[in-house]
Amino acid sequence: MAVTVTIPTALRQYAGGNASVSLEASDVGGLIRGLVELYPALGRHLLDDQGRLRSFVNLYVGDEDIRYLDGEATPLRDGDTVSIIPAIAGGGQP
Amino acid sequence: MSEVTLSNEEIARYSRHLIMPEVGMAGQRRLKQGSVLLIGTGGLGSPLALYLAAAGVGHIGLVDFDVVDASNLQRQIVHGTSTVGVAKTESAKRRLQDLNPYIEITTYETQITSQNALDLMRPYDVIVDGTDNFPTRYLTNDACVLLGKPNVYGSIFRFEGQATVFSARDGGPCYRCLYPEPPPPGLVPSCAEGGVLGVLPGVIGTIQATEVIKLLTGIGEPLIGRLLLYDALSMRFRELKLRRNPSCPVCGDHPTITELIDYEQFCGIAPEEPTLSNQFEITPRELAEWLERPDRPFLLDVRNPYEVAIASIPGTDKLIPLDQLPERINELDSAREMVVYCRSGVRSGRAVELLKTAGFRKVKNLVGGILRWADDVDPSLPKY
Repeated sequence: MAVTVTIPTALRQYAGGNASVSLEASDVGGLIRGLVELYPALGRHLLDDQGRLRSFVNLYVGDEDIRYLDGEATPLRDGDTVSIIPAIAGGGQP
Repeated sequence: MSEVTLSNEEIARYSRHLIMPEVGMAGQRRLKQGSVLLIGTGGLGSPLALYLAAAGVGHIGLVDFDVVDASNLQRQIVHGTSTVGVAKTESAKRRLQDLNPYIEITTYETQITSQNALDLMRPYDVIVDGTDNFPTRYLTNDACVLLGKPNVYGSIFRFEGQATVFSARDGGPCYRCLYPEPPPPGLVPSCAEGGVLGVLPGVIGTIQATEVIKLLTGIGEPLIGRLLLYDALSMRFRELKLRRNPSCPVCGDHPTITELIDYEQFCGIAPEEPTLSNQFEITPRELAEWLERPDRPFLLDVRNPYEVAIASIPGTDKLIPLDQLPERINELDSAREMVVYCRSGVRSGRAVELLKTAGFRKVKNLVGGILRWADDVDPSLPKY
């Protein structure tokens, strides 16, 4: 299944500067493994020491949070878009 | 509601609202009777304050402890060159009262804390989160949930923004439902480290202002349960679904957080700056002298290439951006004396810790970074 992953600005430097990446994966877990294999530097920003998705990084398939689907077992279909949405805090003082 | 009336001057001022049936006299009176507390009078707070004052929101509270700096004016449009050095709350108040003398503005020149947050927020109908750091965002969220007030949220980074309305009162999710825990310090760059396109907070702050006006007048469909994402470079808006987490520690079915906590500690920020022992630090003046001597140290820059294009310390031997340091540590010679620098000394402090862990002993952090170098050694260097 060819799936498009959108990479947020804050993480693009760890993904070869790409705003989106196309990968083959049948579920979200496989997609994460494929992505980290392709861009090892992205690994520590997405996963904790136990290899679990970090709690300040959310993944969405389409417009739905994987926490309310089947988590990493959420199946992917051809043409799906997966978004990585990390917490960002900017806005106020310099 | 009936006791709030509009003077003839106000009717003339707000006529473009009054002739729209969705707002009309009733909506304009609700705006006049309404109150909003802006946490932060910076990038997001600037357009928010300007549009809410112009729209005739009757009472605007401003919380900020900072003073206007020249580097703010690239995006913080409520301030001006004439108020550089003035408290941001006072600077904003002057501009807003000039824009609309018919509204009340209350300033709080203080940092919002667990001790004062509930008292600051209690008198206001709507709270707006326009801060720049995780501890204040979690504090604002929790206080809004505890008080049952809507929290109009916006956040920006470089070319990207997020906005939503958290309103537990209306059955919507809160910030902790979205992100149960903050990133550890250092993993996510701040705007000071990462930069921000000046017009970006204008877009996100204006979206927040729109939501405040909708909440106060009761018109339209609020941005509750939806996270709006904006990418300025691709010029795309997207929307994601947000859901309330029934096991959320603050707004869930069985909350475990029932009062405000220590948010600095929650976000993993130590109460004091990590101190390096003197052996591992050096001041800009000491470095300047050392660089003149034959035994001069190896000078390592751990900033990013686009920062080097702005300014560098003359005699820099090598550039390795901090995030590449773990993989490129073998390019460095641990036998040689080395000084590491960055913009302010924070990233180079982390680099020195990393090098010490890898067995380097002759390594020093330039305290205060290139900013202090510009202050103490070479005032001709631009500061950024």
